[in-house]
Amino acid sequence: MNMPLPVALFQLGLLVYLAGAAAALLAWRRPQKARLAAFGLPVLGGVVQLAASAAALSGGSASVWTLPLGTALFPWTVRLDPLSSYFNLALSFLVIAISLYSLDYLRDMEEHRNLGAMGFFYNLLLLSLTLVFTAANAFFFLIAWEVMALTAFCLVTFEHEKEEARSAGVLFLIMSHAGTGMLLAAFLMLAAAAGNLDFASFHLLASRLSAPQQAVVFLLFFLGFGVKAGVVPLHIWLPDAHPVAPSNISALMSGIVIKTGIYGMARVFFDFYGAPPLWAGTVVLAAGVVTALVGVLYALMEHDLKRLLAYHSIENIGIILMGFGAALLFRALGYANLAAIALVAGLYHTLNHAIFKGLLFLGAGSVLHSTGTRNMEHMGGLIRRMPATALFFLIGAVAISGLPPLNGFVSEWLTYQALLAGFGTTQSLTRLMFPIAGSLLALTAALAAACFVKAFAIPFLALPRSDAARSAKEAPLAMQAAMGILAAACIALGLGASWFVKVFDPITEQALGIRISASLVAGRGFALSAGAPHSGTVSTAGIALFLVALGAAAGYLVSRLARSQRRSTGPVWDCGLPGLTADNEYTATAFSKPLRLIFSVLYRPRREIQAEYEVSPYYPKAIHFESEIEPTFEKHVYGPLKDWILGVARRMRAIQAGSVHAYLAYIFVTLILLLLFEVRG
Amino acid sequence: MIALLQFVLVLVLAPLLSGLIKTLKARLQTRRGPGILQPYYDIHKLFQKGMVLPDTASWIFSATPYIVFTTTALAGLMIPMVSADAPLGLYGGVLAIVYLLGLGRFFLALGGLDTGSSFGGLGSSREMTIAALAEPAMMLAIFTVAIGANSTALSQVARTAIAQNWRFLAPAQILAFAALFVVLIAETGRIPVDNPATHLELTMIHEAMVLEYSGPYLALIEWGASIKQLVLMTLLINSFWPFGLQLEWSAWGAVVSLGWLLLKLAALAVCIVLVETTNAKMRFFRVPELLAVAFTLGALALVSTFLF
Repeated sequence: MNMPLPVALFQLGLLVYLAGAAAALLAWRRPQKARLAAFGLPVLGGVVQLAASAAALSGGSASVWTLPLGTALFPWTVRLDPLSSYFNLALSFLVIAISLYSLDYLRDMEEHRNLGAMGFFYNLLLLSLTLVFTAANAFFFLIAWEVMALTAFCLVTFEHEKEEARSAGVLFLIMSHAGTGMLLAAFLMLAAAAGNLDFASFHLLASRLSAPQQAVVFLLFFLGFGVKAGVVPLHIWLPDAHPVAPSNISALMSGIVIKTGIYGMARVFFDFYGAPPLWAGTVVLAAGVVTALVGVLYALMEHDLKRLLAYHSIENIGIILMGFGAALLFRALGYANLAAIALVAGLYHTLNHAIFKGLLFLGAGSVLHSTGTRNMEHMGGLIRRMPATALFFLIGAVAISGLPPLNGFVSEWLTYQALLAGFGTTQSLTRLMFPIAGSLLALTAALAAACFVKAFAIPFLALPRSDAARSAKEAPLAMQAAMGILAAACIALGLGASWFVKVFDPITEQALGIRISASLVAGRGFALSAGAPHSGTVSTAGIALFLVALGAAAGYLVSRLARSQRRSTGPVWDCGLPGLTADNEYTATAFSKPLRLIFSVLYRPRREIQAEYEVSPYYPKAIHFESEIEPTFEKHVYGPLKDWILGVARRMRAIQAGSVHAYLAYIFVTLILLLLFEVRG
Repeated sequence: MIALLQFVLVLVLAPLLSGLIKTLKARLQTRRGPGILQPYYDIHKLFQKGMVLPDTASWIFSATPYIVFTTTALAGLMIPMVSADAPLGLYGGVLAIVYLLGLGRFFLALGGLDTGSSFGGLGSSREMTIAALAEPAMMLAIFTVAIGANSTALSQVARTAIAQNWRFLAPAQILAFAALFVVLIAETGRIPVDNPATHLELTMIHEAMVLEYSGPYLALIEWGASIKQLVLMTLLINSFWPFGLQLEWSAWGAVVSLGWLLLKLAALAVCIVLVETTNAKMRFFRVPELLAVAFTLGALALVSTFLF
């Protein structure tokens, strides 16, 4: 059989993941072999998949074929179209880094952990993720989707002796299945209209449904995929589940597993729908703004490094949805060019977030690995003990804060430009949404910068705050290399933005029928343009070049002018207060205190101070300080919902008498009703 | 060549503007004040001095002055000062300027925390808080201006404004100007948000972050701060009152434009001095209210584009 190159590579990649899973099973009782096989093979698999998706993207056309499994009614069809390949590209790049990282990260776990089990689930998760991104049949998609959820559950609860891991896992499973239920309903409604389950026959189908049906299908898809992506208020499982997993798994979860929700939305919004109604775009844009703001505001209050990063994933999903929402609005209003720019902004941010969030979680994993804690208040001064990890984490922090010249800046800049252009597209009040969303994106980005000043400075700078931090050791080589790869990608996707936008051409052509990259490039190819002539340009490569040149000039100036060059080190001056210790340092809690008070409407902070003293209250012997914020969504949204469900279940207990006769009666009544329904229908 | 001229202009003009504001403020308070050239002497003196690096600090502390200086100087090259076409306009418009200043602030805050001194942390925390709250107001005002020109390129903004005479009197422009003026006060750390003349006060923000810097590093940071002030003030005047900006290059025209620039900067400086002298410093937790006012002004500016 003459097979196109991308397909051959893709199948080879799948086989490598399968081989990884099989090897993990075979080496079940030999942890060292399990580690090497189950995490060495995916490095290779990732490389093969990366090549496959790059080849598919450059080829442009979609290749379809069917796996020799499944039945005639439910074929396991796989399609490598540009959108699928793009997400597979993000996945496989991250897989290379994370698998490489795991090789050293898991070394210490060999003694007391079943690495065979972890490797097995890890490889199955990779396999199912690849298939989620490429399945072209609703039934097959849902199978892959469920395998993904179950393997992710097994990995989240890998350290199942911990209570928090078990409860986070259960919450994850419940939310995930609620989402799958909605997806199933939506797919069935589409299938009823199409007559089969093939994605190809769903193309533009949703727009031909009646208006109420369109609305129901849209909302079901948005909510169903929104659970997985962590859209507020469906996000509550995410900050629990991502941090409790081992850090390599956290990186995979936050980097790419939540992107399956984004992929699903992109597939539905830009493939199944032609031009969705105006309100749909409004809903997505508003959800994006709320998600971004809520995510970053809760992230600011965290001092658990991994929970902080998990909340930032929610924030970034919000930013991606802003791009998608704008694209939907432009499509509804008939501006295909602008829709393409907004879509590129959202997709670019998807890849960027996968990379810098993967990097940051791996960095947090290295810190956890060497200090044994996730609490920032017990870290400090790690930049001296772990210089490479600190540098890579800093690059990730600058990138996620959206600061030039790294990749986060590029996608946020594109999002701003899309929102800015939106104002002129309509005369109705809708147009006020665009600048308001833009200004709240600015707030989000600035809060994220504040949060990452904290997330970098408190663990890595100043004096160590605990013995563990004082005796921390640099991460082993493979872990450093993995972080280095991702950090390099942050830089490359930032500086090379005007070259990278060409990648989106086949995707926008598939989704919207236009190629946009030519109008996004200005100034002999090294600058990015906002799409229209004179509409604004930026060149990250140029900015980087000038920063280096000016920095060198300033360095020269200092060395020439400062003739005396008396450079000495001394104790911190600190306004003349002698004897700085770690106890005097600013803490993460103190750093975010102003924002905790300013946004107290959301946080409803509670604090408790108990002082013990003997003689005078001015000389306390010991002070106990406790401060916490109220989990608003858990308390005010999910609390009542949980109570309601439990109440209904309690009332339903009456019909669950446990008597066989009653059950037989139920079955009989149901049968009669079904027969009547069939006869009448 | 023009880029080089503007680079020199930015470097030279920034301390002068700081000196002018200090002198005007002193005169208004019937003090003699330091001479208008004092910032030059300060920078010169600091470059001659030795420096003491805190033993707790890492390389972040030493890299910060360079990053602060280069980001602000680069932002200064992206802004139209004399010619309507900024020398590095292609490399970035108003968004790039805002985010470059953000990069400088990010590292300044890291530098403040790097020493372990609690004053540094206090300054960093407050600076990042105020900057975060100022950002949405700033972006709304910028959006209002950019929507009018259909562009985030500052030369395009200036050209549009020049083409429509008296546009700066439109309600949207006045409201956006007011919003951006409040943001300018907050971003440059002026009364009533921060007091640039204070040292060793518990209310300090910027000064607390740079407390541990000395010698040439302090010179770079102070110079960078004055360049940031110049950049933001020029952004304000040349987006709203771009008259006098040179559209075609000519030597005599450049001199005239430079004269206009100095005049407009002086006028804005007088406004800032008036605000600083007639107000008392706000309590820190009142600042969000001030910035909310700026945000409202920005939102009103947008809404008014419907009406006028």
